[in-house]
Amino acid sequence: MGRIPLLLILFFATNSSIALAGPENLSIFDPVSPAATPIRDLFMLVFGVIGIIFVITEGALIWSIIRYRAKGDETKEPPQVYGSNPIEVAWTVIPIIIVFTLFLVTTRSIYSLDMQEAPEGALKVKATGHQWWWEFEYEDLGITTAGELHVPEGIPVFVELRSADVIHSFWVPRLAGKIDCIPNRENHLWFQADEVGTWYGQCAEFCGSQHAKMLIRVISEKEVDFNSWVANQQLQAAEIPTEANGKETFLSLACINCHNIQGVTTVGGFGPDLTHLMSRDTIASGAANNSTDNLRLWLQNPDSIKEGALMPNMMLSDKEIDALMEYLQTLK
Amino acid sequence: MTREAYNPLSSKFHDWVVTVDHKKLGVMYIVTGILYLIVAGSEALMMRWQLAIPNNDILSPDTFNAFFTMHGTTMIFLVGMPILLGAANYFIPLMIGARDMAFPRLNAFGFWLFFFGALLLYFSFLGGQGLSGEEGAPNVGWFAYAPLTSTTFSPGSATDYWVISLFVAGLGSIMTAINLVTTILTMRCDGMTLMKMPLFAWMMLVDAALILIVLPPLAVIQIMLLLDRQFGAHFFDAQAGADPLIWQHLFWFFGHPEVYILIIPGFAYISEVIPVFSRKVLFGYPLMVAATVSIGFISLGVWAHHMFAVGLSPAVLAYFSGATFLVGVPTGMKIFNWIATMWGGHIRFATPMLFATGFVSMFVLGGLTGIMLAVVPMDWQLSDTYFVVGHFHWVLFGGLLFAIFSGFFYWFPKVTGRLLNETLGKWQFWFLFVGFLVTFGPMHMAGFEGMPRRIYTFMPGRGLELWNMLSSIGAAIQVVGFILFVINVFWSLRKGKIAGDDPWDAWTLEWSTTSPPPPWNFAETPQIASRRPLWDLKHPDDPDWKYE
Ligand code: HEC
Ligand code: HEM
Ligand SMILES: [Cu+2]
Ligand SMILES: [Cu+2]
Repeated sequence: MGRIPLLLILFFATNSSIALAGPENLSIFDPVSPAATPIRDLFMLVFGVIGIIFVITEGALIWSIIRYRAKGDETKEPPQVYGSNPIEVAWTVIPIIIVFTLFLVTTRSIYSLDMQEAPEGALKVKATGHQWWWEFEYEDLGITTAGELHVPEGIPVFVELRSADVIHSFWVPRLAGKIDCIPNRENHLWFQADEVGTWYGQCAEFCGSQHAKMLIRVISEKEVDFNSWVANQQLQAAEIPTEANGKETFLSLACINCHNIQGVTTVGGFGPDLTHLMSRDTIASGAANNSTDNLRLWLQNPDSIKEGALMPNMMLSDKEIDALMEYLQTLK
Repeated sequence: MTREAYNPLSSKFHDWVVTVDHKKLGVMYIVTGILYLIVAGSEALMMRWQLAIPNNDILSPDTFNAFFTMHGTTMIFLVGMPILLGAANYFIPLMIGARDMAFPRLNAFGFWLFFFGALLLYFSFLGGQGLSGEEGAPNVGWFAYAPLTSTTFSPGSATDYWVISLFVAGLGSIMTAINLVTTILTMRCDGMTLMKMPLFAWMMLVDAALILIVLPPLAVIQIMLLLDRQFGAHFFDAQAGADPLIWQHLFWFFGHPEVYILIIPGFAYISEVIPVFSRKVLFGYPLMVAATVSIGFISLGVWAHHMFAVGLSPAVLAYFSGATFLVGVPTGMKIFNWIATMWGGHIRFATPMLFATGFVSMFVLGGLTGIMLAVVPMDWQLSDTYFVVGHFHWVLFGGLLFAIFSGFFYWFPKVTGRLLNETLGKWQFWFLFVGFLVTFGPMHMAGFEGMPRRIYTFMPGRGLELWNMLSSIGAAIQVVGFILFVINVFWSLRKGKIAGDDPWDAWTLEWSTTSPPPPWNFAETPQIASRRPLWDLKHPDDPDWKYE
């Protein structure tokens, strides 16, 4: 009976917290995926159950505080009650029943949301956590990119989770719960973005200095847009006609030890693939927008954007940076 | 030395260093714990300052990471553990009518191991740089997940300080636990059967047993990690093919029971305070004992609920979820029994009772958020977010710390002979209570909004600004409470009201001797017939033993 107003209050509270956040929210109460919506519904149910327990328990406590507060005029001790079998049995058995029900509900949802099973017709992606950026590979499509994961709207995506170094955790709250990326282990999760949009997330397992700036963007697009994105990503950098002379500079520096550019150099792999760098909205796993200024700043000193990032400050001269900028900006 | 002239707090420095007296050791444990509480609290304050607004630059990323690691490690191992061991040391012999602990010298040895282990941890701020010149204090988090702790990812000596200091301090705790178990089992006074012990003694018995079961495994994995780091072993070295989950299983086999090791003493203090200030006998003593023992057992079988997101199979997830729910049952029983004790009483809201009531009201919510976390798919969303940070501060701050303050105000007169100031105490309570709600309440919301824990800064425009600002304001409010506490202690030590033997009109044996108690505790070995020996004395017409 107390449950409906309670749910209403919760509904209101959660919605106002979403409103506070605006369109960039990461609220677990604002899911857009069949992997996240059932969890939201589960929340509402559990909120209801624990809300009732909360109200009853705190109610009894507050009642006894008010009702049984000493008035100061007591002449003798109150009656001593040592216990009561029926009452004690009641508050053993009732919680057992509640807890058992919750257990059944939980078990059912664990099996129905099984994260390790691929949904039918799913797009397969491999997400690898690196200190402190994300690599996304579409092995079937021959694409490697970083920081931003493009997916088609309304089609399930099955993500293989890997780590290149320490433990990370892939979490985009509006699409699915989090699952860890653990070295020497293969984990999975799935989601399906039911709307076109950008969904934010970030690494959720502490992984060292820049754990806070290991951000994720999932960009869901209409299938045609996704397909044209795929077509562009599949191009090799060499096929782009206007090639600036910064390429020589790039190849002559240590950049190639860490970065690959398909069709140009593929001995790296420690850092993000740069083949289509300019097709990304952000650099350094979402730490900064991909603007000319930021890119320049990044080359001058990565620490100024992301302190401790594993790309060294290479002490480049302005001339080298000009050349590199010219070249990088052709990597559409 | 005459009995009247004796006051343990005024004895000389040397006496403290060489003492094997359980009461002095108890005081030393508690004072050390409170000093570290101030240190770790300051670290927390710095973190809240950094997180007040997005993209703040008060602390660098690595400093922030070192601060949360040191804060967490300190609060658990250098604040919670010494205070609970210190209180047990001081009061167990007094409550069971014994002269001292079973092994007084082992007791002193345990304390000094803890003391120097703790110093070692803090020495890392200076010494942690090591030869590679990297890192100051440890910055791998209090559960130090492999393989982040390997030399590849954490060069320098900081992590080694973390390992060795906790190993040393942990050895001290194991010794003290052996001592407590032995004392409780063998040194009870005449008439005190197990079922006539104060609940405090029962709870500390279970607590010490848990320490004995889970601290040795912690010591073992610390050594394994040390071998990895110093001698090239590969127990947790993922690059050499090790499975990093082994660390997690072994750590949480210690780590989950550890949170119960911390909260059970809180239960113990509350279970003494609530009856006395409600003027009623504790409701359902046998059920309380059963609940404590079963919490001890169940807590040994739920560790993987900290690992719901590591990719366990559905069957394993379901088991650990069910086992975790089960903890809620005995926990609930306790809460109901405390409320039933208050029900129908004449409740006096002196400061100890204020904190005790604060404990019960907050612990309910902390337990319920725990239940939410045990619903596995919900945990996939909530694990490693600020919601978890909210949850465990609710139980550790609103729970344990409130219980510690409750006990502190309750027993301070016994230990020092003087009462703490009630007015200051009440102001302290309200500042802490409001500060606590404002700090940790919004953290739950930040978690709902997708804020992971352990991040040194957060992104603007994602709905996190308000919650973080509130949390930081709450932290500032708490500071006032802590300052009042420190003032109160110093003031009351000199000017506090003289307590007398039994200022609260209480019922357990420690109140039958002088305040402070003499080195020999009791002039005559006590003899008891019920759980409330002093009640029997005060009410010869209607003694307790008739009803037990
Ligand atoms: C030691 C390896 C290393 C070297 C050498 C290196 N980088 Fe990087 N680079 C990285 C890493 C690691 C990142 C990702 C940093 C992060 O996000 O935390 C990165 C990121 C970048 C990015 C941003 C990519 C994105 O999508 O976010 C650019 C652009 C870049 N590097 C360009 C260069 C250039 C140009 C050079 C040569 C002058 C270079 N890097 C040299 C390791 C390296
Ligand atoms: C009904 C009782 C409780 C239940 C059901 C419960 C449940 C849980 C669960 C499932 C988690 C894991 C969350 C995650 O990391 O995803 C957790 C974390 C935690 N709990 Fe509880 N809990 C309870 C009581 C307590 C108590 C009494 C304490 C301590 C006094 C405590 C302290 C903690 C701590 C410190 C963590 C975080 C550990 C970490 O990851 O750093 N909990 N709890
Ligand atoms: Cu991370
Ligand atoms: Cu736990």
